[in-house]
Amino acid sequence: MEKFSVHTGRAIPLRRSSVDTDQIIPSEYLKRVTRTGFEDGLFAAWRADPEFPLNREEYADGTVLIAGPDFGIGSSREHAVWALQDYGFRVVVSSRFGDIFRGNAGKTGLLAAKVEQDVVERLWSLVESDPAVEVTVDVEAREVRAGDFTAGFDIDDYTRWRLLEGLDDIGITLSHEADITAYESSRNSLKPRTLPARSA
Amino acid sequence: MGRTLSEKVWDEHVVRRSDGEPDLLFVDLHLIHEVTSPQAFDGLRLAGRRVRRPDLTLATEDHNVPTLDVDKPIADPVSRTQVETLRRNCEEFGIRLHPLGDADQGIVHVVGPQLGLTQPGTTVVCGDSHTSTHGAFGALAFGIGTSELEHVLATQTLPQSRPKTMAVTVDGTLPEGVTAKDLVLTLIAKVGTGGGQGHVVEYRGEAIRGLSMEARMTLCNMSIEWGAKAGMVAPDDVTFDYLRGRPHAPSGSEWDAAVEYWRSLVTDNDATFDREVVLDGSAMTPFVTWGTNPGQGVPLGGAVPDPGDFGDEGDRIAADKALAYMGLSAGTPMRDIAIDTVFVGSCTNGRLEDLRAAAQVIKGRTVAESTRMLVVPGSARVRLQAEDEGLDVIFKEAGAEWRGAGCSMCLGMNPDQLAPGERSASTSNRNFEGRQGKGGRTHLVSPLVAAATAVTGRLASPADL
Repeated sequence: MEKFSVHTGRAIPLRRSSVDTDQIIPSEYLKRVTRTGFEDGLFAAWRADPEFPLNREEYADGTVLIAGPDFGIGSSREHAVWALQDYGFRVVVSSRFGDIFRGNAGKTGLLAAKVEQDVVERLWSLVESDPAVEVTVDVEAREVRAGDFTAGFDIDDYTRWRLLEGLDDIGITLSHEADITAYESSRNSLKPRTLPARSA
Repeated sequence: MGRTLSEKVWDEHVVRRSDGEPDLLFVDLHLIHEVTSPQAFDGLRLAGRRVRRPDLTLATEDHNVPTLDVDKPIADPVSRTQVETLRRNCEEFGIRLHPLGDADQGIVHVVGPQLGLTQPGTTVVCGDSHTSTHGAFGALAFGIGTSELEHVLATQTLPQSRPKTMAVTVDGTLPEGVTAKDLVLTLIAKVGTGGGQGHVVEYRGEAIRGLSMEARMTLCNMSIEWGAKAGMVAPDDVTFDYLRGRPHAPSGSEWDAAVEYWRSLVTDNDATFDREVVLDGSAMTPFVTWGTNPGQGVPLGGAVPDPGDFGDEGDRIAADKALAYMGLSAGTPMRDIAIDTVFVGSCTNGRLEDLRAAAQVIKGRTVAESTRMLVVPGSARVRLQAEDEGLDVIFKEAGAEWRGAGCSMCLGMNPDQLAPGERSASTSNRNFEGRQGKGGRTHLVSPLVAAATAVTGRLASPADL
């Protein structure tokens, strides 16, 4: 994962609540076995509407998505995070995220910045009145800034640290392999195993 | 102080705990399917890592597989490649796979329980949000993304921050014709799609104790639809009776030891939850959705709501957009809504009891002329059992289509899809825009309502027939 400390860019307002991951990327795009190139599936159904924010010229270079509450609910598909990143987004700001989406984002370096809903409203009106306004998201300071406006955002310490350091989770865990081995050796022997296979 | 059920299961699985870090949890059972795993296996190969515990891992083909011509190669080349990729990965890494055509193939959340692999007190993860299903056994089960999937393959553990706890207590007994599906749709309409975020939920109370094992799976399955991390039901005799004799359930003296351990998996009397929601099960009625998320529902006897009646502006905008997408007008009685396609199946309602319930309603009746009905068993085993009972004959005589096992029209990754504008009554879990096919319109219902709807061609309950 790349290190993420501060990002500054233009923002795109998405005035919708409960944006589920089926909207972020429909299931037909999930048949691929590759890890990149999902930008064509991002909001595929909604992008058919020329007025959809991503289609509007004034928001063409946006890298920060400002979304309504409960962004990323539903399916666990990490493709939703990949599609946002492949399209060019580095940050999604919302007042509430689906838990799995937020977890996936933290694993792959997309910042899911959780703010109060009034902050979302303020950013929406700032960006809509001036689409060229630059929004800065500062992981170190846990702040989102736009013009004179500054607000804090929520991020758990561990995810923040991993983003700042650009750390690979698996590598961290494997450094504690002795703990895993110790756990396995004292684990309840009654727990099921898939092998050898048994059938009805 | 006492602990809740979820805290007991959590604590038992902590491999490592350190201040300022999430707990490292051991995973007892890792379930895999073709859609969310290929990039994780690629990641392992790139890093030169192995699968740490193939003996705690199980794969099945479900999301992409066709439900017709299942003995032929998959027609869609992209789907076929994905399924073949899973086969190659399972072979390379020594993972047990139940492929299309195998008697234990089927939806991953139907297969795990029916093999007896899902057991009380286990941790279960899968790259699928409906992993919450397995919580019905008193397991701590939740969906993960592909990066986490790779992490579990490599380490058999997951770093997880300790969630908050919530109790959903459902008092009373559910009236005749009211199912676990109606219960959970009622709950989601009350608390909203984000109501459970950050919480592991324990379903409790008289109405929950009265549910069969399969009904408990329906309930826990939809925990994710109101944002909960996981849903659980404390194991009891209903759980043990379901597990006894299953292929991977303990046997002999191990069975007695396991039951003794399982009986300890209850919330202590002096334990407290961070939140509690209380519902009266005896007041519940058949419940259906009108909108484009599972929280947008009303009793079947109700009408499409007027967006103007919503107090919250966000809810009002969402309702407006939902009605436009669904092609519905405020005030229309739900029973007046004509349905093109009825889908009975999915990890929510594709088990034997669900098929029995639908068959019992449709027996001796016929599917309305303007309506088609698809019945898709959750697994090949469920299909065989249903055929043993003659359920396939009942469905076929009524004019329904009897299909092979898989996720099918729940998410339309295979050819089973709605056409634009086509309207379904579906026993699945999500009525999101385009979920069952681009432009498709979904009403979530129970198997009983689905079958009655197939007969009348409009949303209906068995009592209407």
